Amino acid sequence: MRKTRNVVVRPSGADRSFNIVVDVFLWLILVVIAVPLWSTITLSFRPNDYIGTNLEGMFLPVWKWSTAAYKALLGNNGFLMAFLNSVKILVAGVATALLLTIPLAYVLSIRSLPGRKVLAWLVIVPYVFNVGMIPSYLLVTGLGLQDHLAAVYLPVAVSTYNCLIMRSFFEGIPTELKESARIDGASEMQVLLRVVLPLSKAIILTIGLFYGVSFWNDFFHAMLYLNSNDLQPLPILLRNILMASGMNEYVEVNAFGDAPVSAIKAASVFMSAIPMVMAYPFIQKYFTKGTLLGSVKG
Amino acid sequence: MREIIRHRSIYGILVVPLAYYIVFKYVPIFNGQIAFKDYMALDGVLGSKWIGLENFRTFIRSYYFVELLRNTLLYSVGKLVFCLPLSIALAIGLYECVHPRLGKVVQTLAYLPHFLSWVIMYGILLALLAPGDGVLNDIIKLCGGKGVDFLTDTRAFPWIVILSDAWKEMGWSAIIFIAALMGIDPSLFEAAMVEGANSWQRVRYITLPSIAPVIVIVVLLRLGTILDAGFNQIFMLYSTPVLSVGDIIDTWVYRQGLLEFQFGLATAVGLFKGVIGFVLIVVSNRLVRRLGGSSLY
Repeated sequence: MRKTRNVVVRPSGADRSFNIVVDVFLWLILVVIAVPLWSTITLSFRPNDYIGTNLEGMFLPVWKWSTAAYKALLGNNGFLMAFLNSVKILVAGVATALLLTIPLAYVLSIRSLPGRKVLAWLVIVPYVFNVGMIPSYLLVTGLGLQDHLAAVYLPVAVSTYNCLIMRSFFEGIPTELKESARIDGASEMQVLLRVVLPLSKAIILTIGLFYGVSFWNDFFHAMLYLNSNDLQPLPILLRNILMASGMNEYVEVNAFGDAPVSAIKAASVFMSAIPMVMAYPFIQKYFTKGTLLGSVKG
Repeated sequence: MREIIRHRSIYGILVVPLAYYIVFKYVPIFNGQIAFKDYMALDGVLGSKWIGLENFRTFIRSYYFVELLRNTLLYSVGKLVFCLPLSIALAIGLYECVHPRLGKVVQTLAYLPHFLSWVIMYGILLALLAPGDGVLNDIIKLCGGKGVDFLTDTRAFPWIVILSDAWKEMGWSAIIFIAALMGIDPSLFEAAMVEGANSWQRVRYITLPSIAPVIVIVVLLRLGTILDAGFNQIFMLYSTPVLSVGDIIDTWVYRQGLLEFQFGLATAVGLFKGVIGFVLIVVSNRLVRRLGGSSLY
């Protein structure tokens, strides 16, 4: 990855040994990360009549794989409903989060604003002073949000960290652009919508994806606030499937047809991860920029 | 005042986010007062009786106080000690790798687990560690050993927590070091090569010293959140047999508060943690700023 190598020096023995050590280390990391993922993926395609250990199963040829577990999951109403609930939380959550974060970050980025310091403190204090989960639980139940999907995303709809990353980005937009719009009589809302936002697509996408990941992955808030079976998102269902054992396991098997229980578990792991895996190339395209802005700005 | 009127369209944009902050970020802080109260659901936050520091006393005197603090510190320090050198090594490895393809593949794969939830991680760990048919136990049995139930074994459990965290976060934590490496002036390397330094010497005398400030900053910032040992991870992985080595402050607060309904006591412990965390974050950010990094505020 290092760019300049325009000085040509004959590699010494030490250089060669160094390159070998680097290669071996990277291959080792590759194997260590790939093996658990591979064992889960192959497990999810395990045929019902498979005899043998799961270790051997990792090397089962592809033409012997079975999609029974996936068919069972996709034919199961509970699973489809959980998937739909997760999508609802994702969409509503990201929309709410961006609608709150963008204006806040924008206002915080206006250097000439009187009271900017006070505002910045107001945003940062709850971030560094965390009173824990109970006071927040009392608030959400007090508002009557129990058994509403909003209870999952509303309490965490603004992440201060994301807001500060976005602020740093907005600060980097040349002031002259905004000033000239203001002189032409644009209101702040118009400056934000017409000047700032069109220049900020990358950061909005990045932050939107960060929020999306956190809402898609959340199980804690769903566990606290959603009691009704019809509202359970995917992580809760996944947790129930994974924790099922003994008598429960019997029930789960009946509910999901004739695929092996361990394959059902692995397939539901994979299905829950799929949206993240699909969004991943986009995340990777933008995130280094975003995290860099937040961690070591300028 | 005239300033405010002049900027009223700015404040207009702020109304909704500000209202959100007051309700969802400041009301919980206000609710934190039940740490000093004997909270009764019927009396509400304001109506419950003040009992001073009684809740804090109960916690500090109890036998689990030391255990919780020990486990919490064990996990947060253990994760730092394991994950940090690995992510530094990974960053340097990716930077020095002469095969761009290999580097790209490793980088892509190493970032991925960061985006998986701990529920998904639990599923992956089950496929790997399950007592009967997990792949790791298959390997142990193949080597003639006896199967281990890793997730309920008090000796194995801390390692699983620390290593699974390293597995998940190593790539993501490497990003900041990769960025720091990209910022090194290439003429330093060229000069060193002309002077006859080999690759090992370049890493030792140029690369590591160049990213040392970033390493210090990362450690300091991590110290600010030293009492966060990873609630979601522990909550998914732990069970009754490993409670003595698995229970951390956050999981205890959850059980005490939301399962046993000891709201006052649980809030007191949360507040105890919050205050220590607050002091540590302020101190570490001061230090970071003194070292020339940019702090949170």
